Amino acid sequence: MMMFAIPIRISLARHLGTLLATAALIGFVCFGFAATASAQPGDRGTLIVFADEQGAASTNAASLLPAPVLQRDDYPNIGVSSRSIVWVIAQMHLFFGALVLAVPIFVLVIEIIGFRTGDDRYDDMAHEFMKVSLTAYAITALFGGTLALALFLLYPQLMSYLTRAFGSQVLVYAGLFFLESMLLYIYYYGWNALRYGNRKWVHLTLGLLLNAVGTTLLVVANSWTTFMMAPSGVDPETGAIVGNIWEVMKGPLWNPLNLHRLIANVAFGGAVVGAYAAFKFLSATTPEEKAHYDWMGYSSNFIAILAFLPLPFAGYWLTAEIYAYSQQMGILAMGGILAWLFVIQAVLICTILLAANYYLWSGMARSEGSERYRWAIKYIATVLILGFLVWVTPHNVIYTAAEAVKLGGGNHPVLGPLGIMPAKNIAVFLMLICTFLSFQLYRRADKVIAVSWQNWGNALMASIYIVAILNIIFAGVYYGYFTNTVYKVGSSVIQVMSTLVVIVAGVLIDSLMFRGARTLHVSWGRVADRSQYALFALPITFTWLMALMGYVRSSVRTHWHVYTVVRDNSADNFIPTLQTVGNMVTLVTLLFLAFLLFIFWIANLSGTRQLPITVDADAAGARVGT
Amino acid sequence: MNVLSRTLLFSVALVLAFSGVTYMLPQMEGPAPKQQVINVGELTMESFVALGKELYAGKGACALCHNELGRAPDMLAFNVTEVSLQRIADPRYEGSAVDAEGYLRESMLRPTEFVVAGFGTKGSNDSESPMPAIDKAPAQLSALEIDAIIAFLQEKDGEPISVPLPVATAETTAAAESLPPPAASQGPEEVLTRYGCAACHSILASEATLGPDLNDIAARQSAAEIRESIVNPAAVVGDGFIVMMPEFPDMTIAELEMIVAYLTAAADDQT
Repeated sequence: MMMFAIPIRISLARHLGTLLATAALIGFVCFGFAATASAQPGDRGTLIVFADEQGAASTNAASLLPAPVLQRDDYPNIGVSSRSIVWVIAQMHLFFGALVLAVPIFVLVIEIIGFRTGDDRYDDMAHEFMKVSLTAYAITALFGGTLALALFLLYPQLMSYLTRAFGSQVLVYAGLFFLESMLLYIYYYGWNALRYGNRKWVHLTLGLLLNAVGTTLLVVANSWTTFMMAPSGVDPETGAIVGNIWEVMKGPLWNPLNLHRLIANVAFGGAVVGAYAAFKFLSATTPEEKAHYDWMGYSSNFIAILAFLPLPFAGYWLTAEIYAYSQQMGILAMGGILAWLFVIQAVLICTILLAANYYLWSGMARSEGSERYRWAIKYIATVLILGFLVWVTPHNVIYTAAEAVKLGGGNHPVLGPLGIMPAKNIAVFLMLICTFLSFQLYRRADKVIAVSWQNWGNALMASIYIVAILNIIFAGVYYGYFTNTVYKVGSSVIQVMSTLVVIVAGVLIDSLMFRGARTLHVSWGRVADRSQYALFALPITFTWLMALMGYVRSSVRTHWHVYTVVRDNSADNFIPTLQTVGNMVTLVTLLFLAFLLFIFWIANLSGTRQLPITVDADAAGARVGT
Repeated sequence: MNVLSRTLLFSVALVLAFSGVTYMLPQMEGPAPKQQVINVGELTMESFVALGKELYAGKGACALCHNELGRAPDMLAFNVTEVSLQRIADPRYEGSAVDAEGYLRESMLRPTEFVVAGFGTKGSNDSESPMPAIDKAPAQLSALEIDAIIAFLQEKDGEPISVPLPVATAETTAAAESLPPPAASQGPEEVLTRYGCAACHSILASEATLGPDLNDIAARQSAAEIRESIVNPAAVVGDGFIVMMPEFPDMTIAELEMIVAYLTAAADDQT
């Protein structure tokens, strides 16, 4: 009895330690916010703008400092576009911030898997991922500091207003940053010292704390962004800050953006470390090295795509909340001048899906068992390409008068219907299902299923695919073309659910069918070099996509720094052309790529050791003698 | 070629390919509204209506939702005055308007006062409108601008304009935000060239046939009809033609009148 009781007690004590540490951290954060809220000037902490208190709040608001009304001269002119400077620095900070916050999330998961399975390969891989993240951390901080300086220099009044809105919350943020730094360094450098036994629990707890602080940093910084898009806790007439820090933070877009960025960061982080693995794979000189980095690349791709699949759903929630907050803002993004950017988004997402699928198909070469499923690849590829073509079909294009006459109107009679959202929804959801199918076939490639009900299981899986595909097509066609516009959005819910059912059911059915399955040999490293370029395509496309969609999110504010509260009267208060946007996005992507190569090089350098200089004894003696 | 060069080349090529896609798409800028002072003393009812039309599509952003896509009632698709009176007579109506003008003003200032069935905020059971008050941010239209939109809506239906022209007082100005007027053209030929009329129409030295011949347009249309066709190309479409003439939001009233006068005079010269 005692033999069982002791491990349980030890285990409880370990978990208790984890829980206490997490509780202490959350307590610290909450205390920080509470202290920040109570430190607001006057009684603003008690002022909440509920509808029935609007009048009273406005009265009190009148005595508070209003939002600044900016004139062109209020913006320092340094001879270069202020927006462009902030654009580049902010985007670089966001890229690296996403990387350093995301990598520890999946590193912790990999570490737990390694701990549970006792396979040291997982632990080594997780440690190597952290090496990339650690190097990026310093660059993140440098860009963060530079961004703050640039903002205070170029937009002093706006920053003064935002500082009033968020008050000493920024000090909590700085405190969290210190905590993050300490935890990160202990987590990385303590890896081998806390590798086995009870010490591993300490290390896992550190990883958990690191992620808790990192995620808190993310959501705090997100509140600044969403406040500018959909300000809360302010008097709508004067822009005066009437709410406490919590009311200022918890705007309608805060949580949708938190979720969207968290998931996107993981996908992005997975893709970047995948590129690192691909680079190392291509540079590897021994079969062992190739096998290790092939496996690392596969794991990274798995993480990136796993996080990428639910991303459209998080994006859907964010967009729906933007529409709910301001229909004008939503329509501007999806149907106004910014709508063309979604054609580019289509190209990017299709590139991601094609690259991910291609990598999986190439990876099937690692197992002889994949022969059973290769016939399906051409059909999956066909659907992906057709989906891509539908997605990039514009609703209308700029044409000459002569072309318009030939066309017989504004939209092409055949391709026109493919230009609207229902067709694109059908395309994207079918592409997501196909990507999952590729993944499912890849997972089955190295297994010989042994359960007695495998035919029934396969029939059930096939039925789910067929019903989901028919559902997606029917919902898109019926709601998209034969009902009122207001119901079009509703069709997406059916399509989302159908896709999710396929993914969840696929994972469940496979996990049941794999019980007792014989695993075939997988030859890691036996994959074509060209497949590694798919692992480069992923982070590059993710980077471009992040920069592009970040621009769209920011641009829906149009000529407002803080939407409807602080008007942007700077020389850059216009929406630029798509070419300008493309050039800026390309510039930041190339810059990020350059820094990334630097990081890879540094990460490599840390593992390089110079051999001792051997001195030729005779030659040395001869020199001494002369 | 070593690994670094190959991967770098591939990466840069991919990035540039994405950038290239942006060059294949239409290039438009979205300028922010700029401060403009409207000199009330110079307003005519026609320019007042034209201002309303410009605000409807521009700063007021009405057309963003009020269009054929069904997000909000398409004001250009029905007689706004008649429908306004129907709404006032609706048993659900609890507002204070007694005429169409009052109803239109009320629906712009307090959109939730009466929500047309099916157009309410999701989940509100048509008790709340998704439309922001037009005098508040982000649109922030002035009382004069709201009146101009009402005048435009009444005029486009051929209804009598009930809103009075703003009273001109010495240097009375209303701060309004709309696009700054471009530099006015010097003569009618310059105006016709500037707006590319000759690309489709037979006019000046052009013998283009894509649009109706403008040399004898005055024989077929009155000055008012010509004016309307320029301001609203879809108003009257000649037999055998389709609507593909763009609108000219930057065209000033003076330029419009120059074209109308020129085309009318051109016909007189021929007769």
